[in-house]
Amino acid sequence: MTSRTIPIRPEGQKSAAFEYISTRKDELIGWARKFSLFPYPFVTACCGMEFMSVSSTPYDTDRFGAALPRFTPRQSDLLMVVGTVTHKQAPILLKVWEQMCEPKWVLAFGVCATSGGFYNNYAAVQGIDRILPVDVYVPGCPPRPEMVIDGIMKLQDKIANQQHLIVNDRF
Amino acid sequence: MAPIFERIREALAPKIGEASVAHGVLVLPISADALLEVVGALKEHFRFDLFLDVTAVDWLPQEPRFEVVWHFYSTMHKLRVRVKTRVAEAEAVVDSLTGLYGSAHFMERECHEMYGIVFRGNADLRPILLYEGFKGHPLRKDYPKEREQPLVPYREGYEMPGGE
Repeated sequence: MTSRTIPIRPEGQKSAAFEYISTRKDELIGWARKFSLFPYPFVTACCGMEFMSVSSTPYDTDRFGAALPRFTPRQSDLLMVVGTVTHKQAPILLKVWEQMCEPKWVLAFGVCATSGGFYNNYAAVQGIDRILPVDVYVPGCPPRPEMVIDGIMKLQDKIANQQHLIVNDRF
Repeated sequence: MAPIFERIREALAPKIGEASVAHGVLVLPISADALLEVVGALKEHFRFDLFLDVTAVDWLPQEPRFEVVWHFYSTMHKLRVRVKTRVAEAEAVVDSLTGLYGSAHFMERECHEMYGIVFRGNADLRPILLYEGFKGHPLRKDYPKEREQPLVPYREGYEMPGGE
């Protein structure tokens, strides 16, 4: 009986199709990753209401594979910073971000996380990009669910087109 | 004016300035050293049993600069009283009400960090909403509006705000 397993490296022969597929591995990994985002909602303020609305039935982020919030940063790969971050809160946010495993992405949800919004005062951080790298900004006070979904789709495009560290010369 | 307000005004007449009623609240301007006596009488004799808040007003160009304001509520009369006193910046000290009302502990801490008013007798004036190491008093009128005091270093490309 012959084995039906498709070998990873065809031995002794060079298949043109395999050579082609091996140039698209980044896309394969990106395609897999973009539909399996595990968000960690870091909810500090009123944008949390909009987060609940966007993740519940009428808008349903599950369609994008980003529905299941993990309640520990160690199991998640998308940090959603939902709401105002104060200087007192900033060390906590940074600690959460540092605990997330690679690969990880950050979505700034709402205008306060994006730029501080109208809280230009002693207490508020003027945008979380001052303390950690942000991939997608969703402004709005609060953003419409459609804007958040658009932000998630933009993040998916970014993931699909980025280089993935897992792809190396042995894979 | 409610009858209880008249009685308060008569009983405390030597210690208070010109009392008035604003929006149904009795306003008692006093001098800082009469505070414990006035509030003690309000609590013990007139049943103002609920301490609502203590805060301050910064009248910057004026002297004395700060006005410390207390609010009390009586669950029996269903009325409010406002007590206020003026203190100078150089000696922004008033007596603590923690001996009379336990809830004064937290509110005096907030007033202390936001305005720099010292409450004599409150042993625990650590920051409550702000963080250790915060310099200055952010609700004073001369605190720079856009001054930032971050706890974590900013990333490259963002200027770390300096001190004073």
